[in-house]
Parts: sequence; C-alpha cells; structure tokens
Amino acid sequence: MWTWLHKLASPPHAFRLLDRMAPWFGVAACALILIGAYWGLVEAPADYQQGDGFRILYVHAPAAWLSLSIYVVMAAAAAIGLIWRIKLAHAAAAASAPVGAAFTFLALATGSIWGKPMWGTWWVWDARLTSELILLFLYLGYLAFRASFDDVQRADRASAILAIVGVINVPIIHYSVEWWTTLHQPASVTRFAKPTIALSMLIPLFIMLAGYQLYFVWVLCRRLQGEILRRERSATWLTSVEGAA
Amino acid sequence: MMTNDLGRAMLLAVQRDLTLAWRRWDDVAQPILFYVVVTTLFPLATTPDLAQLRSIAAGIVWVAALLASMLTLEALFRTDVDDGSMEQWVLSGQPLGWLLLAKVAAHWLLTGLPLVLLSPLLAAALGLPREAWGTMLLSLALGTAALSQLGGIGAALTVSVRRGNVLLSLLVLPLAMPLLIFGARAVGLAVDGLSPAGPLELLAAIFFLTLSLGPLAMAAAIRIGVES
Amino acid sequence: MREFLAMGGYAAYVWPAFALSAAVLVYNAWAARRFRARELAAARRRMTSNARNER
Repeated sequence: MWTWLHKLASPPHAFRLLDRMAPWFGVAACALILIGAYWGLVEAPADYQQGDGFRILYVHAPAAWLSLSIYVVMAAAAAIGLIWRIKLAHAAAAASAPVGAAFTFLALATGSIWGKPMWGTWWVWDARLTSELILLFLYLGYLAFRASFDDVQRADRASAILAIVGVINVPIIHYSVEWWTTLHQPASVTRFAKPTIALSMLIPLFIMLAGYQLYFVWVLCRRLQGEILRRERSATWLTSVEGAA
Repeated sequence: MMTNDLGRAMLLAVQRDLTLAWRRWDDVAQPILFYVVVTTLFPLATTPDLAQLRSIAAGIVWVAALLASMLTLEALFRTDVDDGSMEQWVLSGQPLGWLLLAKVAAHWLLTGLPLVLLSPLLAAALGLPREAWGTMLLSLALGTAALSQLGGIGAALTVSVRRGNVLLSLLVLPLAMPLLIFGARAVGLAVDGLSPAGPLELLAAIFFLTLSLGPLAMAAAIRIGVES
Repeated sequence: MREFLAMGGYAAYVWPAFALSAAVLVYNAWAARRFRARELAAARRRMTSNARNER
C-alpha cells in the first residue's frame, strides 16, 4: 500500500489518475445536483412557517457546509505538505482555496437573500452569517498572502502555517460568535432554520449536499492538475497528456 | 528545560529591544498617541452625551487598543531581518521560538502595557463607570498580550513581503475577533453590573493558547522568511 | 406552472438564489478547466524552451 501511495505523490502518476477520475465525479455531481434541485423545488412540501421561501435552504446549506469543510481540507493538506514535504499536498491546498472562498461567498449571498423575506433586512448579525463572514476574511487573507510571494514553494510553506493557525482559530471564532449572539437575544429575531425538519424535506437536502461535495472533488481534480503543472520544472511526461476535458 | 544560556539570551533580547526603543522614544509614543486620537474620533462621530457613550464605551476602548497595537507589528522583526541579526538567531542553535517570544514580550511592554495603563483615562472620558475599570484593565492586559503574540505570528509570516503592513492587519484582525468579543463584552457586562468571569476566563484561555502555539508558528514562519 | 414559478410569493428570493448558485457553480467549473489548460500550455512552453536551450 505504501508503494501505491508513494507512486501517487509523483506528479505524472497523480496527474494521469486525476484525468481518469475527474469525469466520473463531474457526471455524478451534475446528476445529483440536478435531481436534488428538482426534488427540492418541485417535490418537497412547502414549509409550515416559511412557505416556499424555505427552498433556498437547498442551495444555502450545502454552500455553507462546503465553505467550512473545504477550509479544513485545505488546512489538513497544507499541514501534510509542511510536515512531510509533499508537493502534491501543498498543491491540493492551493487548489482548494479559491473554491472554498467561492462557496463562502455563495453561502453569505444566499443566506442574505433568504434573510430578507424572513427577517425583513438584507443582513443580520446572527451567529451563522457572522461566522461565514469571518471565514470569508480568512479565505481572502490566505489568498492574498499566497499572492504576495513570487516563489511558489515559499508561498506553499508560509501559507501552510497561516492555514494551520486559521483552522485552529475556526472553532474559537465560531464559539465566540455564538456566545456573542446569545447575550442579546432580540425578541423579533427568529432562529435561522434547524427546527425538527421532515424527512421529505431532508432527502433533497442530502442529495444536494452529496452533489455539491462531488462537484468540489471534480473542481479540485482539475485545479490540482493545474497546480501540479505549476510546480513541475522538467515535465517530459507532458507530451503524452491531452488538452481538454 | 530552560538552560541558563537561553534565559540569558531571552533577557538580552528584551533588553536590546527596550534600549533601542528608549533611544527612539517617539516611535514608542506614536501608537499611544494614535490610541488617544482614535478614541476621540468616536464621540466626535456619534454624540457628546456621556450617558449614551457609556453603552459603547467598552467597545470603543477595545477597538482603539486593537488598532493601535497593530501599528507597530510590522516593524517587530523587520529591522532584525534587514540587518541580518535574525539570520544569526536562526543559525545560533538557540530555540528560535523562545527568542522570538522574548521579542513579542518586549513589544507588549512597549505597546500593549502603555495602552493598558492609559485606558482608565480614556474610560473616564467615555463615561465608563469606575466599577468596570478593573475588568477593563484585566481584559486589556490579557487581550493586548494575546494580540502581541498573534501579531507576532502575522509579522513573522509577512516579514519577507514588501510593504506588508496592510496584509498583516488583514491576516491578524479576523484571528483577533474572538479576543475582541470576549474582552469588550466582559467590560460591557461589568458596566451592567453583571459578572464578567465567563468571558474573562475565555480570554485567558485564548491568551494561554496563543502563548503556547505562537512561538512554534513564529519560528517556522521566520525560517521561511529569512531564507534567500 | 405559474403557481410553481410564483413560489408562494417568494419568487423574487428563491429564483435569484438558485440562479446565483448555478452561476457560481458554472463559473468555478469553467475557471478550473481554464486554469488547467493554461498551466498545461505554460508547462509545454517551458519544456520546449528548455529543450531548445539544451541543444
């Protein structure tokens, strides 16, 4: 097994494996997202309190979940790259960051859109949205920090430290924001989702979640290939690689 | 665990920074002055009414202290890297993290501590009741110390970035938000006559966490930053 | 059908949310493929110029 893992870390092998894996993830993701969206919009019953407005959950919750899990993946990959000096791991961290930031933005935007009919304002300082906002700052800081380096190897190692510091902070930030919102609980603010939710509403949610997750894997495959190439100096194995897909 | 050599090296590092600062005392005075000026901005922008200011006084004092502390962070390691003494430290064989911790301690003595000592003056100016001053001093002491350490990590990371001051702030401020939440709210609770023990304990916990992990992160970051 | 599009009165919120999500997903997919293609082209250029230099 170790020889297989060791082979995996070599760029040409990793690149070719990613080429073979990616289309499967892409097709699966597409299918699941379309099915989940249809199910969530058409088949699932309307919510008792929020009517059809709650359907935004089906695009908000997966985005929020991914924004957080991608950060963890990014930090874990960065740590592995730093500790065991594996370029592929650093490449994975670099590849994940922009996608994570995009999902964080999406979570904020859909959360805000959902909030308007529910609370009457485009923004509230509730625990979920505020945590997402701070997470966005962490992502953007990471990306900006990476960009400030000319040398990609240095960027890899320095930003790995930043990612690790960040991921340790994420639960602290999350808890502190939670605590901060519970101190002053205005009576007019209704808690954001998560009462007991019916199974018929949950199934499309899980489908969307799975679809988004596979989508991330597909995007990661493609971006990782690009990041591998960026870190390769003499790449004679390139001649056997095709262009697109 | 801590050899005599290391202890002396750390003490020397602190003394060196303090002596250099003494010779350029105007550099030290700037963040303190900034603290006062920024605090003044808030009443000017909102209201001169002390009764109204009282409700946001805790927040103002804390945010101003946060911003003032950030100002001197960029220079924390810069001069030592530029003149080559940081490279000496890296090669010296002494545990780099401890030496850098000594520099962070000096930074707090020069920036954080004056802010803490000055805060009662500003608190009085913002209508913060005297009963809350003890909480304020304790929360600011812990908070600025933790911030010096967090800032040290940021400074070590950005040490090779040209004009990295704004980037440093962008990296450190989100990480400092829990400090702000617990610190400012502790003072707020004290103002309302409630017990600030909970957030103060959490603040202390964050302080100890940054203290134990900070030197590790700083040393790793400096090593990357110093290599040519 | 019209009832479906109206989304119980929430149409102005549900459809933009889904449209925005679709846009972000499509954009990221396109950007990922473009990134790979660009890096591939750049790597090939580096390789041919290296080969040329070695001759």
